[in-house]
Amino acid sequence: MGATDIGLWGVPLAILGGAIRVSTPFIFVSLGEAITERSGRINLGLEGTLVFGAMTAYAVAVMTGSPWLGLLAAAAAGLCFGLFHGWICKFPKVNDIAIGIALMLFGSGLAFFFGKPFIKPKAPNLPAIAFGAWSDIPQVQAALDVNVLFLIGAALSLVLWWAFRNTRAGLIVRVVGDSSDAARAMGLNPNTVRLVATGVGGALAGIGGAYLSLYYPGSWTERISSGQGLMAVALVIFARWNPLGCFAAALLFGGAGALGPALQSVGVTQGYYLFYAAPYILTLIIMIATSSPTRSLTGAPGELSITK
Amino acid sequence: MTERFMLSRRDLLKTSAAGAALGLASAAFPIRAARAAAATVGFIYVGPKDDYGYNQAHAEGAATLKSIEGISIVEEENVPETVDVQKTMESMINLDGASLIFPTSFGYFDPHMLAMCAKFPDVQFRHCGGMWNKDKHPMNAGSYFGYIGMGQYLNGVVAGHTTKSKKLGFVAAKPIPQVLLNINSFLLGARSVDPAITCQVIFTGEWSLAVKEAEATNALVDQGADVVTCHVDSPKVVVETAAGRGAFVCGYHANQSPLAPEKYLTGAEWNWAKVYKMFVDDLIAGKPLPNFTRGGLADAFVKMSPLGPAVNEAARKQFDATLAEMMKGGFSVIKGPLKSNKGAVVATEGQAFVETAIELESMDYLVEGVVGSTA
Repeated sequence: MGATDIGLWGVPLAILGGAIRVSTPFIFVSLGEAITERSGRINLGLEGTLVFGAMTAYAVAVMTGSPWLGLLAAAAAGLCFGLFHGWICKFPKVNDIAIGIALMLFGSGLAFFFGKPFIKPKAPNLPAIAFGAWSDIPQVQAALDVNVLFLIGAALSLVLWWAFRNTRAGLIVRVVGDSSDAARAMGLNPNTVRLVATGVGGALAGIGGAYLSLYYPGSWTERISSGQGLMAVALVIFARWNPLGCFAAALLFGGAGALGPALQSVGVTQGYYLFYAAPYILTLIIMIATSSPTRSLTGAPGELSITK
Repeated sequence: MTERFMLSRRDLLKTSAAGAALGLASAAFPIRAARAAAATVGFIYVGPKDDYGYNQAHAEGAATLKSIEGISIVEEENVPETVDVQKTMESMINLDGASLIFPTSFGYFDPHMLAMCAKFPDVQFRHCGGMWNKDKHPMNAGSYFGYIGMGQYLNGVVAGHTTKSKKLGFVAAKPIPQVLLNINSFLLGARSVDPAITCQVIFTGEWSLAVKEAEATNALVDQGADVVTCHVDSPKVVVETAAGRGAFVCGYHANQSPLAPEKYLTGAEWNWAKVYKMFVDDLIAGKPLPNFTRGGLADAFVKMSPLGPAVNEAARKQFDATLAEMMKGGFSVIKGPLKSNKGAVVATEGQAFVETAIELESMDYLVEGVVGSTA
């Protein structure tokens, strides 16, 4: 280990490694939210779902010894949270944003409550695939240890991007999201579609949580998330509801987040608070550059309560 | 619509009478409840109390009080350093009858604890940290802290013997004096073995940021650091990540050896049980509580984790010798000639700051050999 001096190469390597390691929860939560928002609802509760998913995955992995069962349990728990959100929001005059905030607090609180006995024990981790085996530099090997969930996330964003355009299910979600009236005229029930979309979104967020507690950083504590769930919801708007955009934005966030520690490690030590703000500054710049006062956001689903 | 919410005069009288009766009753009960135990002691933690770190160290100390006759303890965890902690303190005093409160986190002191000190002059508050000042702060407040920098020096001694790359890593939260002293002590301990050793520090900016701590640890190992330690609230993530990358670790706050039994060298731990027992003994005896309490290894405020299996014989020897030296008292980590990593002289030839030196509590520099910056 550590025998090779890589010097400044550490920075691009850390950004690459960070993009792969840190981005996965962002990918899953933002893809889940993209599905939900494309159907015309916003679920702000995914931060709570993420934390609850992290706790469930860790707890089940500790009890059964299998990280895969943990992952499954996290997805199931996320599904329940999503379905609950979808079910409440079908009632008239219920505000989906308010329910989302309530579920965010509820999910975190419930996770803290059930998670108490699982802070100490150690759970088995999800496996990683060593894509760096060709290199004899240990740092490269470490950066290219890619978790299977990252690959699944990447494939999923591609599939979703294709499915939104080309499959019946994708088109149904989109028509419900763009106009409830048109959907009803076609004989579709918007509430059912949204219920399913929110449920699937929740399940994906649960998987994102499982990645946090079962792979990176790989332990369950109450401070595990530090707001990744909320950031991912914002990423969806940033990515203009496009699954491929979500994937790219998540990578960008992961890589930019690794910039601060990496720069300090090579001796650029002044102003690290500024480097830590890099992802947010980047978001602001892109948002400002692409916004326009004369038209609404491109790609925004018409039924979304924030754009209506 | 609005009529439904209007109270008639008669209803209003009825409600307020009931409220007053309830208020009287609740005012009467806590006094009786408080007398049942000799004293109730409140503990407030900023994070979960089994975090393998700062809060666990305090909670373990608090737990030892439970066996003392007549003492009952109340605890609340995950209390943010905001006005929330004031509410927690008020409820501990009003509802649980606490007469001594330990708000354990750095940010609880000003303005939150000070506000409560003024509001409840009969209740004693002791804050963990170095902020209490006789001239500025009330007498029912106080502070207690341990000289854990000595422990980080010992960590450094073992790290210095273990490192092959001559590069150490330190994941730090914020550049406050206690953290800087720990970083400096860690490096100086290692330099007592080999003056060519350097220590790379990464500040994460917050006390608890799991993902950033993992990234920082990875970045340090990428740059060749092969012994890593930290000063964050919960060293769990740092210890696990570093050990996962094959680096050795020195612990902090509590004993993290169960997390990485092979890679764990030793660790600087708090021994708050000793401190809390001291306060509570005084409380039971009816003596005034000290306002300014400090102690180090010799006073058993701080202890070291047992040495791990990877620690070699030379390291063991120097560790034991240095520890014995410290137990005699008067050991100085910061002694001249010593420069900061910006070239400024921080201690001239012959100048030495013993662990009790008050100058160390306002440290604002990193010593030569530490790669990093305080801002």
